[in-house]
Amino acid sequence: MAYSEKVIDHYENPRNVGSFDKSDANVATGMVGAPACGDVMKLQLKISDDGIIEDAKFKTYGCGSAIASSSLVTEWVKGKSIEEASSIKNTDIAQELALPPVKIHCSILAEDAIKAAINDYKSKRS
Amino acid sequence: MNYFELFNFEVGYDLDVKQLADRYRQLQRAFHPDQYASGSESERLLAVKKSAQINDAFSTLKSPVARAEYLLAMAGIELSHETKTLQDPVFLMQQMEYREHLEDIQQMSDPLNAIMEFEQTLEQEQSALQQAISAQLQNKDFDAAANSVRKLKFMIKLNSELERLEDQIAD
Repeated sequence: MAYSEKVIDHYENPRNVGSFDKSDANVATGMVGAPACGDVMKLQLKISDDGIIEDAKFKTYGCGSAIASSSLVTEWVKGKSIEEASSIKNTDIAQELALPPVKIHCSILAEDAIKAAINDYKSKRS
Repeated sequence: MNYFELFNFEVGYDLDVKQLADRYRQLQRAFHPDQYASGSESERLLAVKKSAQINDAFSTLKSPVARAEYLLAMAGIELSHETKTLQDPVFLMQQMEYREHLEDIQQMSDPLNAIMEFEQTLEQEQSALQQAISAQLQNKDFDAAANSVRKLKFMIKLNSELERLEDQIAD
């Protein structure tokens, strides 16, 4: 199965790899995993007090599509409000990266990572 | 006839792997298509079908994950093709740490020893999960059992990555 050019680009030059201090009140951490393939994804968002995502970092152990999906998502969420970011759908990610049907679960992983991070942010703030 | 009945086992997660292999050989012999070479067309066809079923049953019962998935499917829970993500921060954080450890092994002064130690850790993790699955299935706590199976899949994935690393270093 051939990867699309966009997947290869993100895979070879992943954007925003790394992590923030988890205990920082403005840092939200989303951890998700895909049992089917054993991929693990950590997405961290740095969110300003008025709810804007200022920065994002990720660390993913998985296939090229999983790495590309998380790398793409870190680019997309920057500058967005948490409401805007939570409206990102896995189908948007899959379409942008031209993922084949067997790799759709990688985009689901990335979508769920955003949601998990936002949930973490909300529970930290409440 | 379900796979357990086919192999004359009681339906349940715990089974004797040696017994399973023995019965597999017996069944294979009994239904080997060659035994029916002089039989009628329909007998031969039946033997081919039966021996395919025996092979499927054996590979399902042999695998700790497939066996659990089969039992869950019998209870109406379909796991094998799910795309749902696991969101258990504590477990996943530990998975991350295991993956990081796996990355570090190559730079260690004695990588083969580190691999052996890691193999033992993963073995313990897997047997603990299998014990949990067995108890949860026995108590008909199917959701909990499904979660343990999901976790077991991550451990098995780690194990295969570790084996790959071992091959790389050995080469």
